[in-house]
Amino acid sequence: MLLIPCPWCGERDETEFRYGGQAHLARPLDPHATGDAEWAEYLFMRDNPKGWFRERWNHAAGCRRWFNMVRHTVTHEIAAVYKPDDPKPELPE
Amino acid sequence: MADATLFARRRSPLQDHGAALSRGAVSGPRGVTLTEIPHLAQITLRGDPGNTDFLAAVRSALGLDLPLKANTVAAAGDVSALWLGPDEWLIAGAPDSEADLTARLNAALKDQHVSVVDVTANRTVLELAGPSARAVLEKACGLDLRPREFKAGQCAQTNLARTVGILEMTQGGAWRIYVRNSFAVYLADWLLDAMAEYAIDAKF
Ligand SMILES: [Zn+2]
Repeated sequence: MLLIPCPWCGERDETEFRYGGQAHLARPLDPHATGDAEWAEYLFMRDNPKGWFRERWNHAAGCRRWFNMVRHTVTHEIAAVYKPDDPKPELPE
Repeated sequence: MADATLFARRRSPLQDHGAALSRGAVSGPRGVTLTEIPHLAQITLRGDPGNTDFLAAVRSALGLDLPLKANTVAAAGDVSALWLGPDEWLIAGAPDSEADLTARLNAALKDQHVSVVDVTANRTVLELAGPSARAVLEKACGLDLRPREFKAGQCAQTNLARTVGILEMTQGGAWRIYVRNSFAVYLADWLLDAMAEYAIDAKF
């Protein structure tokens, strides 16, 4: 099990969290002016890196807040957690 | 407004569970007891902790400073404020005080961008006390509950025995568990089962 450091509550068991997928996806500002291809890209298409990934998590059983995390998809190493309005951290080497 | 006949008729989730709670009580040096504290007033308060007008208004309404440190509790008299999130607190008070607390908060926070919701009917409170209380709770909970980590005046919303509860350590060192009404009997039975081993006076 992962020990995830919630930016507010500190370290908690992974079972307290829900996964929210890739972070930093911007919703098209005007969906009516967005073509089908672009809309499908926003809705369905996600990066699937073997390595570092910026992703969203929700501390569902704790403070119930969303936050972002940089996790390695192979080793599960956690390089950073940050609040949604914090600047994007650089990915580790 | 508070209606005396309604208050007299309302039931708590563990009202008919008193015999089981007394039967499960363990005395002595390994003792542990489980009791219900029914009908505590509970209000969910949300607002911006960066706004000093908000903090001042709550202070004037409740006589306490909202705790801004994660997972801590502030208390004044029989009213306490538990940190639940960076902009969310649970205000707990004596039974039947929810209408008064809500009115005081609404009056003080008039015209502010906040949320004040009476959630008294959402949860009941279990109290686990005695020398073995921590050992019992540790079976239900993944948090580090050792005294150097979890002290009086701290709280945490977390998973407890596969349900979700708000855990608070009182100034007297007892554990209060705020649990959804519909899970209260389940959690009480789970804890009673976890308490049973401490009643066995084993001599090895
Ligand atoms: Zn949290």
